[in-house]
Amino acid sequence: MELGAPLDRVEGWDKVAGRARYSGEQRVAGVCHAVAVQAEIAHGEVLAVDATAARAVPGVIDVLAYGDAPALADTSDFELAVLQSPRVAYRGQIVAAVVAETLEIARHAQRLVRVTYDELGHDVELTPDHPGLYRPEKISPDDPPDTGEGEETPAEVSVDVTYETPAFHNNPMEPHATLAVWEGDHLTLYDSTQGAAAQRDALAALLGMPAERVRVVAHHVGGGFGSKGVPPRPNSVLAALCARRVGRPVKLAVTRQQMFSITGYRTPTFQRMRIGASKDGRIADIEHHVIEQTSTAREFAEQSGVVTRMMYAARARRTTHRLARLDVPVNSWMRAPGECPGMYALESAMDELAEACGIDPVELRIRNEPERDPDSGNPFSSRRLVECLRLGAERFGWSSRPEPGTRREGRHLVGMGVAAATYPAAARPAQALARVADDGSFTVSIAAADIGTGARTALTQIAADALGVPVARVRVEIGDSALPYGPLAGGSMGNASWGWAVLRACEGLRDGIARYGGAEPGLECRADTSGEIKNQEAYARHSFGAQFAEVRVDVDSGEIRVPRMLGVFAAGRVMNARLARSQFVGGMVMGLGMALTEESRMDREFGDYLNHDLAQYHVPVNADVLGIDAIWLDDPDPHANPLGGKGIGEIGIVGAAAAIGNAVHNATGHRFRRLPISPPSVIPHLP
Amino acid sequence: MRPFAYRRPADARAAVEAALDAPRAMYLGGGTNLVDLMRLGVAEPDLLVDVAGLPYDTIRETGDGGLEIGGAVRNSDLAAHPAVRRDRPMLAQALLSAASGQIRNAATVAGNLLQRTRCAYFQDVSKPCNKRIPGSGCPAIEGDHYNLAILGHSAHCVATHPSDMAVALTAFGAAVHVEGPGGRREIGMPGLHRLPGDRPEVDTVLDPGDLITGLTVRPLPFAARSRYRKVRERASFAFALVSVAAALDVEDGTVRDCRVALGGVAHAPWRAERLEEALRGRPATEGSYAEAADAELDLAEPLRDNAYKIPLARKVIVRTLAELGG
Repeated sequence: MELGAPLDRVEGWDKVAGRARYSGEQRVAGVCHAVAVQAEIAHGEVLAVDATAARAVPGVIDVLAYGDAPALADTSDFELAVLQSPRVAYRGQIVAAVVAETLEIARHAQRLVRVTYDELGHDVELTPDHPGLYRPEKISPDDPPDTGEGEETPAEVSVDVTYETPAFHNNPMEPHATLAVWEGDHLTLYDSTQGAAAQRDALAALLGMPAERVRVVAHHVGGGFGSKGVPPRPNSVLAALCARRVGRPVKLAVTRQQMFSITGYRTPTFQRMRIGASKDGRIADIEHHVIEQTSTAREFAEQSGVVTRMMYAARARRTTHRLARLDVPVNSWMRAPGECPGMYALESAMDELAEACGIDPVELRIRNEPERDPDSGNPFSSRRLVECLRLGAERFGWSSRPEPGTRREGRHLVGMGVAAATYPAAARPAQALARVADDGSFTVSIAAADIGTGARTALTQIAADALGVPVARVRVEIGDSALPYGPLAGGSMGNASWGWAVLRACEGLRDGIARYGGAEPGLECRADTSGEIKNQEAYARHSFGAQFAEVRVDVDSGEIRVPRMLGVFAAGRVMNARLARSQFVGGMVMGLGMALTEESRMDREFGDYLNHDLAQYHVPVNADVLGIDAIWLDDPDPHANPLGGKGIGEIGIVGAAAAIGNAVHNATGHRFRRLPISPPSVIPHLP
Repeated sequence: MRPFAYRRPADARAAVEAALDAPRAMYLGGGTNLVDLMRLGVAEPDLLVDVAGLPYDTIRETGDGGLEIGGAVRNSDLAAHPAVRRDRPMLAQALLSAASGQIRNAATVAGNLLQRTRCAYFQDVSKPCNKRIPGSGCPAIEGDHYNLAILGHSAHCVATHPSDMAVALTAFGAAVHVEGPGGRREIGMPGLHRLPGDRPEVDTVLDPGDLITGLTVRPLPFAARSRYRKVRERASFAFALVSVAAALDVEDGTVRDCRVALGGVAHAPWRAERLEEALRGRPATEGSYAEAADAELDLAEPLRDNAYKIPLARKVIVRTLAELGG
């Protein structure tokens, strides 16, 4: 039995030994280097691009700009219509590119390109009363912006508060990188992407080519957190255009600074929560009103309010989403889009309600468990939130939680907080091919993506189990759009989607071997799960979890440290204990950053995110990550998919910031409703 | 980055001569800041004179209990030296609170002193900055300045000096050895770093060609009781919101002497002379520390979004002194 075992990553040695090649490390003969020139205005038009000085630098091959760049077939998505129009929709937008023999030459020449603009005034600041707020037609991925049901009734206890979260940037370790190689009218893109097949389809459409003539390869990807999802980012398009133009392979690596304008981020939010309840904490009415930003370049409506549609029982419920369309970079997916910011607001408000009712926050949540999904009316496939809360409370020592603002240890105020977590559990259609190799071992192929999660390893375990052989006899090929179709790594759906297809292909091959009477090389079986997924029963499928945090607030400096966090998750069957723990803990660390250190700071005068590197945008460092632990219930969910898994990539971040914020309130007695909670805001409220 | 020449002189005199050869020559130590700035286009030297290999990489204890520290000594080595750890904990703590282990292993003492501000506008060549392009303006004054100066700034620049080590050395009153075109000289700290005034592009009093070859830290026995306290949002690898280097000499409940310098508050490491003056001879109590801190912080002129640094500095000064005062 391989499934669930804490197997090491199958490519672990390749990675630590430097043999695993990421997109930017691929080697091809004749490669040259492209560097993007970015707009230095936030709104307006490019009047002229003067590349005379840049072209004069020895080693510069070409300079591309609007007017002379190769045309794209589809320019409907402005973000991806790279160099197709003079319009500038955000500061940092790509307005030209330099291609040169070396990266150093390209970077030098990039600074010599002179771009002149017709500059229009810009509007880059989200405010809760922005005059341009509008209701989007739908919110991501495809849900109504507003919902409402039930009649509001006078409540015995009410909470009406607004939370504010800043913009956050994904910041995977590996910046986006692309190597574009044209051979005749075929394009191969070695691209740092979360989905090779979807990336191929999107690029083929943009370039006006049949998908068969485009191949996207992404063997190893150094993290994405949504920023390498599909639709692609403009850098991939630019690399393809540059390579087409110069007739040579072109490598384009996005810099860390550029990632703050061209590879997506999480919108800032204002979230008003209104909860009315009886004195014993039963919710009567609940409202969640979300205000977010979107770019004029492309609309993205983050679904922050959806959690309030399904999380707790209530008689009346109302959710709204309003957007301001601003002259800002394109916001997009970042780990648990929607659920992450939404649960920060909901779970902070639940903490405030618990205090207002005088009820323990764990108990308050238990009292508001719904019997069915309040949103769809369907039964939950499984919902073990109460067990997560109870087990976590016991393990964490929740009963020793102090009254707010009362526990002092030396120069520190100490407090504990809790929050619930949830994330949808879905699967998308996928195909896989299982085959007996010449040496009698097994090869399983699917265009899945391992973005550092360990998907390749988990799929190997799934295949080995289904074939009834040790993992050493199975080789899983992924990260190539030429392989059988697999959806992208996103929405915590990767393993469920790919694993399902791998399972079916391997089951089929095993049957075939039995029928044939032996593992004859060349025997193979293809599987396609689209039929099965279409016919799934109507259930509300979600993972659940409980997050606990202890914080210490320095009474002199306002510095907040988190000595302990515990996450307890019910997220379906765990495929690999080691990898799962990394996903949960990694999500919690990211939530820690969201709560205390991360913030993308908008430069109002110039219209970009100012702190655009890792020295200024503070992700947590090792010294911040102390006693973080994650455990999980043995929770195979037979209604989720045949593997019983629900996806674990995102739920770890959900609720983590709320648990920490609630702990800060418990420690200090003061409620901070704006993230991050850091010394500048804490100092005025210290004793 | 712009193409540049690279030279590796054999000694200090040759380095100084080489540096005078090119209009935009710069000395290269560990490169932990300069190379970043070159990549960003902020620094565009036409010549790098690599001085990391010159024989200024030793730390010597002088007979009277002082220390001679070579300019090319790596930050990690200085932090680990027994005479620093034993007799000057605030210097060791300041060094270890800075950057990361990898950076400290590469960064030199002289380079640490001469690192540039991390003001976001200074580091972004697409935006104005008086320090980078004199006369272009200072967007930070109206823009994002939550971690910029509250003391000694001007209408032209509100940047802070980023070094931790320099704060501790300023508290010690270290002397900086300079080899320059006109020969050798010493510059006391404070005194090496300037306040911005109307020439923020000039960080220090050094002249073109001047090379820092080392430092003298004279004996300060009471600094065996000293401390560096650095406040920041995350626990490591971040510049200070406010930092305090403090040494306290208490006898019979009275402050006989003290040294206090602040970081993260000004264009230069800030020696808190008013505080020191107000504290000498006073009872070693939290009340005295707070009054003394106020004497210094009365000078502060916060910007729109950094007034939090005043109560923060006050509290951290008081706590640091209280911990030293026993």
